[in-house]
Amino acid sequence: MPPETRPADTGVIHDIGYRGYAGPRLGRAYATRSLFTQSLRAAYGLGRSGKSKVLPMLVLGVLTVPAVIMVAIALATHRSELPLDYPRYLSAFGLIVSIFLASQAPVLLSRDLRYHTVPLYFSRPITRGDYVRAKFAAMVSAQFLLMAVPLLVLYIGALLGRLDFGHNTGHFLFGLVTALLYALVPTSVALVIAAATPRRGFGVAGIMGYLAISTVVVAILTRIGTGIELTVPDSAQWAALLSPNDLVESLTNQLFDVGGGGDRLHAPGAFGVAVFIAAVIAMVSGSYGLLLRRYSSV
Amino acid sequence: MNPTVARLTLRGLLGRRRGALLLVVPALLLLVSALASGSSGNEHDLTVKILGQLGLGTLVPILGLVVGTGVIATEIDDGSIVYLLAKPLPRWQIVTTKLAVAIGTTWVFAAVPTLLAGLLLYGTKDGVALGYTVATLIAGAAYSALFLLLGVVTRHAVVAGLGYALVWESLVGNFVAGARTLSVQQWGRSVAEAVAGDAAIGADVSFGVAVPLLLVVTVAATVLASVKLAGLTLAGEE
Repeated sequence: MPPETRPADTGVIHDIGYRGYAGPRLGRAYATRSLFTQSLRAAYGLGRSGKSKVLPMLVLGVLTVPAVIMVAIALATHRSELPLDYPRYLSAFGLIVSIFLASQAPVLLSRDLRYHTVPLYFSRPITRGDYVRAKFAAMVSAQFLLMAVPLLVLYIGALLGRLDFGHNTGHFLFGLVTALLYALVPTSVALVIAAATPRRGFGVAGIMGYLAISTVVVAILTRIGTGIELTVPDSAQWAALLSPNDLVESLTNQLFDVGGGGDRLHAPGAFGVAVFIAAVIAMVSGSYGLLLRRYSSV
Repeated sequence: MNPTVARLTLRGLLGRRRGALLLVVPALLLLVSALASGSSGNEHDLTVKILGQLGLGTLVPILGLVVGTGVIATEIDDGSIVYLLAKPLPRWQIVTTKLAVAIGTTWVFAAVPTLLAGLLLYGTKDGVALGYTVATLIAGAAYSALFLLLGVVTRHAVVAGLGYALVWESLVGNFVAGARTLSVQQWGRSVAEAVAGDAAIGADVSFGVAVPLLLVVTVAATVLASVKLAGLTLAGEE
């Protein structure tokens, strides 16, 4: 239609009024819980692409399969005990757990920093403290679940094989406490490192570097302290305070009286246990404080 | 070699606080050596533990990983590699330049402190210091090439590299003797054994096997990285 024959403009703007949302709001606690669930799922790659599931599921498999094999061996050879005690199992596979931690902690934190989604979270009702709490809880739970699965396999296997019920239940609980400590101490340090860099690669290398190097340094310092003696003296056991993984291993070895051999790591005496527990608390609360400080200005 | 690319890579690698963070590696090695040199224990045993387990076994792979992926993977990650790829430079030259920077950095931050730590701990006896320095030089170069390739091929280069260095070389290599044949660390040790004698450093792979494998891996990694960089697709993060 040529322009001159077009009818006069009849468009109107209707004022339908602005209606704010007046319904019930789910609030801060709900938002924090959602962030927690979403982060916990992200740690295992659930709800993400198939590629991001590969590593978490691989680690879970690598950690669980030996437990199945051990149960099978114990049952087939009619042993009265599992080849590895529950807390020792976690220490033996510490490296695998560390790899999960190093690869997934940056997934939870670095990506939000890199794509500047952190300020978007804070424009919602959740506070900075809520964000840190949700992410911290999610990573700790992910780690704990990772270690609880093989322990559960061992325990169920032991019960099915009619191994001693009292002994196994007790040591299974020791194992769960150990798992909780492993899920708290190295994880809290790792989260601080992950929050320091928006680049995932640096985060992974930084966490793994710290965990692996500190373990080797502890081994060497222990050797230096041992000198020419055959068994590691108590004075050399203090070196374990430097490495999160060794700290937990020493503490639980002493608390639950597990492990053996001349090079067994253990917290030296009752005073040692007190100091090691204090170190655990200091490491976790200190890291949590650092995380809160890190997110106080983003 | 292209001096401009080399300069920019070096600045990206060591600029700001990053250089200071890398300094942790030599500082740690020297600090532990200083502590050990005052101890009463078996000198040779301690030296082997510090230079072999801490230096060659842990610090060198991790440093190689940070440096090898740092020279190229970070640029691919944030997409700034396209400005470099758009320049009229052959892609293989970009790879060789970045590799040279990575190898040089690894040598300065790992091999020099290894030599100093070796001299501090054990003096010039039996060529122990020399042996471990040679092993660090060789392994550092091979790790750089390997991890640079990983940085071009996959977005999960650091995790893959850690998996190789810590799980395959250390964990699997500890239990399965055959795994040591395919270990950069053992190849480095093998060359060092040939240079410094087997009193200085032991290797599980023979010299005749290690050298061809080293050459093949280093050259193939460089060539493959050039080919991959020539047809690079910039993928988003999944």
